[in-house]
Amino acid sequence: MSRNDGGTRLISLRQVTKTYGEGTASFQALNGVDLDIGQGEFVAIMGPSGSGKSTALNILGCLDAPSSGHYLFRDIEVDALTRNQRALLRRHYLGFVFQGFNLLSRTSAQENVELPLLYRGEDAAHRHDASRRALAQVGLTGWEHHTPAELSGGQQQRVAIARAIVTQPLVLLADEPTGNLDSKRGHEIMELLVSLNRDQGITVIMVTHEPDMAAYASRVVRFADGNVDSDSMKVAA
Amino acid sequence: MNQMLLNALLLALRAIRRNLMRSFLTVLGIVIGVGAVITMVTLGNGATRMVSDQISSLGSNLLILRPGQQLGPGRESAGAANFRLADIEALQAQIPSLRAVAPVVGSRVTLVVGSQNWSSQVSGTSNAYFTAGNWKIAAGRNFDEDEETAGKAVCVIGDTVRKQLFGSGSPLGGELRVKNFTCVVVGLLAAKGQGAMGQDQDDVVLMPIRTVQRRLTGNQDVSTVMLSMRDGANTDQVMVQVRRLMRERRKLAENEEDNFNVMDTKQIAETLSGTIRTMTGLLGAVAAVSLLVGGIGIMNIMLVSVTERTREIGIRLAIGALEHEVLLQFLIEAVVLSALGGLIGIALAFVTCLGLTALMNMPFLFNPGINLLAFVFSAVIGIVFGYMPARRAASLDPIVALRYE
Ligand SMILES: Nc1ncnc2c1ncn2[C@@H]1O[C@H](COP(=O)(O)OP(=O)(O)OP(=O)(O)O)[C@@H](O)[C@H]1O
Ligand SMILES: [Mg+2]
Repeated sequence: MSRNDGGTRLISLRQVTKTYGEGTASFQALNGVDLDIGQGEFVAIMGPSGSGKSTALNILGCLDAPSSGHYLFRDIEVDALTRNQRALLRRHYLGFVFQGFNLLSRTSAQENVELPLLYRGEDAAHRHDASRRALAQVGLTGWEHHTPAELSGGQQQRVAIARAIVTQPLVLLADEPTGNLDSKRGHEIMELLVSLNRDQGITVIMVTHEPDMAAYASRVVRFADGNVDSDSMKVAA
Repeated sequence: MNQMLLNALLLALRAIRRNLMRSFLTVLGIVIGVGAVITMVTLGNGATRMVSDQISSLGSNLLILRPGQQLGPGRESAGAANFRLADIEALQAQIPSLRAVAPVVGSRVTLVVGSQNWSSQVSGTSNAYFTAGNWKIAAGRNFDEDEETAGKAVCVIGDTVRKQLFGSGSPLGGELRVKNFTCVVVGLLAAKGQGAMGQDQDDVVLMPIRTVQRRLTGNQDVSTVMLSMRDGANTDQVMVQVRRLMRERRKLAENEEDNFNVMDTKQIAETLSGTIRTMTGLLGAVAAVSLLVGGIGIMNIMLVSVTERTREIGIRLAIGALEHEVLLQFLIEAVVLSALGGLIGIALAFVTCLGLTALMNMPFLFNPGINLLAFVFSAVIGIVFGYMPARRAASLDPIVALRYE
């Protein structure tokens, strides 16, 4: 049961499994996931805790490799790529917001946000402007020089979002991006994601527990026990 | 490519800045290790040089004859008879390999010139002393025959005595009050500087031996004899000859032990410099241990931060850094820190050595070899312990590195 929001096919998972550990202690977090996501979609992934949402998102973000099955990104067989090629894929096409933020400690918000641009080889002036713009988009103007330790959980989460969108990636993958935010901030971030999706055509794949937030998506994929349980398209986007 | 290097440099400097404490401790470990090794070895080199300088200033092939058994603690010359001037003449006449034989009898006295006074060593001796002790006359003259035989009140003074009593004026012809008599300065010795034991060799007053015997010691004794051998003379052979002659003159029976001893100063000095070399080696080894301890300290700091750094590497990889870009950053970081530590250590050692050698009146011998060695060693430690953990982390999958605990 896979659907396509009219756009060209961007992402395909085929019979993807992920097994953690070995032998009797092993655990199969994903068992044979099939999923297609088209260019320009806004997908919300929901499901109970431990159902494999983060595992699937990590594979989609080329951070982790499936144990078996295939991952096609723009018809490229990701599993066949070298480490460096996958890194370049992340660098040029993907933006990732981690469940646990993963910011560099003792490093200012702005330097954290600049980092992906630095690896893209952007010059200092562009890095400066783009990172400030991204921080402004998540409502953190005036907080540029604060380090993660000086920011609240919600502010850190917004820095993480800014770092993911600063490169204007082809695909934004966000693991519970509103998990630490109050509902007002949560809605603001959703508005931002919707506008990035609508105005810049960025494909958004977001894991969330909150139906409120999932409501912003045009498509909701539900996970249960390591597989896709239901996949529903909203009528009015 | 150039851009990549610049980026890595920027990232490395940022990493150093945001981990100031860790960076500081790393640098400190290297500074201490490098500084200690270089200081120890440089000071040891200086001490060795000082002694070898002393060997040459002693004059070549100098033997010293003293009453009593072999010198050493508890084996004083007490009881053994002193020598006589006749012994000196006999030695000079009967052993052709001796170039100069100088009798010495000394006494510590207070010297007075006008209102200045100064306590110094007065030695009664003969003109042979200048040859034997390798002394040059800087101004004036040595003793004339009449002064020597009659024991006249004349003296030749060392440079320190001149400074203390005559200041900048010429001492020649000046009068020196020594206890109950006055003597005229006829000569000034060229300065020799510090001796091997740190003593001031220029703090001396020389007089004809008969003058000292009559006016200061009040007897005919000669307490020490300095024997200068001719070039090419066989030291062992000469020592045997001196021994045989002295045993004969002191009427020692076959079964009696020597009641005098002959020392080869060159041998003493060589033994001394050998000892100092051993000490230098030892100190160097101690310092090398401190370099190693510094290295282990660095290793500790690095290992403690390995969790954080592994996660940092995970983050960098996750947002699109290539493995070799991350490694380049870490390599630059390690090189910058250890080079900084090495350079500070070298500078610190330089200043310390400069100060200590001046304080101890030692020559300061800059040793490029040990500087280079310590620097290279510190760099290797810094790079190995800074870079190796990074290498492991950068080869992990980003998600694994991010989860590292
Ligand atoms: N590194 C790992 N090693 C072993 N087991 C793991 C690992 N990562 C995840 N798992 C297991 O895989 C299952 C799926 O984990 P995952 O993180 O994908 O869940 P999730 O759906 O994101 O849950 P949540 O909503 O709580 O974030 C869990 O049961 C988890 O225990
Ligand atoms: Mg999760």
